[in-house]
Amino acid sequence: MKKTLISILTCICITLTCFTLAACRAEEAGASVYFLNFKPESAKIYEKIADDYYNETGVKVKVVTAAANTYEQTLKSEIAKKNAPTIFQINGPIGFNTWKKYCADLKDSKLYSYLTDKNLAIKEGDGVYGIPYVIEAYGIIYNKEITDRYFALKSRQTQINSMDEITDYNKLRVVVEDMTKHKKELGIDGVFASTSMLSGEDWRWQTHLMNIPLYYEFIENEKYDDPTVAGLNTADITFKYADKFKNVFDLYINNSTTPKTLLGSKSVADSMAEFALGKAAMVQNGTWGYEQIKGVKGNTVKAENTKFLPIYLGIDGEENQGLCVGTENYLAINKNASAEQQKASLDFLEWLYGSEKGKKYVSEQLGFTTPFNTFSENETPTDPLAKETVKWMNKKDIKTIPWVFTAFPSETFKTELGSLLLGYAQGDVTWDEVKQGAIKHWKSER
Amino acid sequence: MEKQIRKYSFLLFAPVFTAFLLVFIIPFILGIYLSFTEFTTVSDAVFVGLKNYAEVFKNSGDFLNSLWFTVKFAVVSVVSINVFAFLIALALTRNIRGRNLYRTVFFMPNLIGGIVLGYIWQLIINGILYNYGYSILSNANFGFWGLIVLMNWQMIGYMMIIYIAGLQNVPHEQIEAARVDGAGNLRILFKITIPAVMPSITICLFLTLTNAFKLFDQNLALTAGAPARKTEMLALNIYNTFYGRAGAEGIGQAKAVIFSLLVAAIALLQLYLTRRKEYEN
Repeated sequence: MKKTLISILTCICITLTCFTLAACRAEEAGASVYFLNFKPESAKIYEKIADDYYNETGVKVKVVTAAANTYEQTLKSEIAKKNAPTIFQINGPIGFNTWKKYCADLKDSKLYSYLTDKNLAIKEGDGVYGIPYVIEAYGIIYNKEITDRYFALKSRQTQINSMDEITDYNKLRVVVEDMTKHKKELGIDGVFASTSMLSGEDWRWQTHLMNIPLYYEFIENEKYDDPTVAGLNTADITFKYADKFKNVFDLYINNSTTPKTLLGSKSVADSMAEFALGKAAMVQNGTWGYEQIKGVKGNTVKAENTKFLPIYLGIDGEENQGLCVGTENYLAINKNASAEQQKASLDFLEWLYGSEKGKKYVSEQLGFTTPFNTFSENETPTDPLAKETVKWMNKKDIKTIPWVFTAFPSETFKTELGSLLLGYAQGDVTWDEVKQGAIKHWKSER
Repeated sequence: MEKQIRKYSFLLFAPVFTAFLLVFIIPFILGIYLSFTEFTTVSDAVFVGLKNYAEVFKNSGDFLNSLWFTVKFAVVSVVSINVFAFLIALALTRNIRGRNLYRTVFFMPNLIGGIVLGYIWQLIINGILYNYGYSILSNANFGFWGLIVLMNWQMIGYMMIIYIAGLQNVPHEQIEAARVDGAGNLRILFKITIPAVMPSITICLFLTLTNAFKLFDQNLALTAGAPARKTEMLALNIYNTFYGRAGAEGIGQAKAVIFSLLVAAIALLQLYLTRRKEYEN
């Protein structure tokens, strides 16, 4: 009796232990390179690249993609694991501050030597810790078919005859407001696609649009040459150009496809769909948006009609302003990974951005405009917005605006600004409260 | 035989205890430890003493707003869920045709996950408010009542099942005796039925109360705290603190410790108060 009892109990214990251990073990047998990808839209392409790389070199690359807006969360939990990501990405100087302890020095890597402009990398002291891999641009995307239709109207009341003549805020405003008056004839619901304000969907305003007034504020700081560095060293913003921000924000929400009170329920995808279906003539977004436009079922926007216009706020001298060009995507190598893993990771990245096969993936499938000198001119992406970016950057006397928002103090700063803007759009918050709120949150988050 | 079992009881106890230790006690202690540290990931913590707690109380505005919103939500939702669940349970313990079907139908929303429910209700509520030119984010009250409706919809079925189980155990003789003595329906309800189902009430209050305080997924999916963090409940506030700023992880963790003490205190108080009303039958 006693024996049976003991044996039964032992059996139970053993089974349970096995069960627990098995659960733990499933994680092991990892790949030597583990890439934690930031861009959900590129997830499938990276899988293909990893397969191809494995066939060519026999090195396994594990690609995990974080869901949109959850990269920091995913990285935080993944990097604490035993098989941590060997390649991850940081979003600029603020991100580097968080992940400092995990970033390996890349100054002797080939990848760093590929950089056309070495200043683009994230550095501290002698070390190089983050290498940008894609250059992106944003501005106002417009559908030339619709604007042409407007400029052909007999009843229009503006003196402006083409989009090329719009070089400042006032010209943009009169055209937009007149287009709103003629929206029936133009067959649109509104000039601008919805100003998406759903939480997590407001980054086009609290980050991208906010970039411009703060850029102008930071370049006035004479102590620093680089506006991003100036931003990082600014403890208190004055938000001097708040009323200029208001100019364009008002223009967006007053000439929108959606009533102001409903903007809180709109997502970026909603507004890109409105643009793609021809219900709106303009939308503020960036080079990455073209894939989204193309992906909408029944889209009516032709590639040759997808154009960029800089975001004009009404600041003196903005006739020479170009698109906002920059990056918030920097590759970093995990310092705590084994030396072999670090080397394998760099080899993979150098293959991707240096070999013929890799470059083909980058320019044709990932659609990245890279900052690397390994790419020749005919290896740049072919989508219309990427071409527009190049066109704007090559225009004479046009100055592009860098992405100074990489110096914004925190995620909380941006979310708070977003909710203030939502309140303003809905009429619960005055503009002065938005301005004071932005100043206050900058200070408390810095 | 019994002696044998007693002798080896630790063996029987071991698997459960190991699991409990691994997935509850260790993380809990680790969590308390982390609230006294500054960390990016759980493996690189640096001890900083009470700094995080000081930080929580220094900028306590958001936290207190969330607490107040959570308390309001808890009061309204606990009352409404329990009242409705009890009434439905009363109705479905009578002899109605198809009562098993009704019980199943009422229970079903409980099987859907919180995130999915949140999005479904967001669509429904926005669909209605659109007609009047509003969305759920237009006004914090919409978010509040939206959450109440959502939680009622989800929890009533579950609580109803517990109440039904309690109601089926109410001694028939007592009710009949009372009826013979001339007691009316209301009097029977308050003097016999409710005292008899007191254990069920304890459980249901405990479940709804703690659930109301810990609510996260539904809150995140329905409004995510918007507009202007006015519908942000405690759990979501902690989450936002944790991920909101580099270096604020410890502060979030400190809030989480305060939060768990608070919920434990409230739950124990409630258990103590309702247990006193229970009697053995």
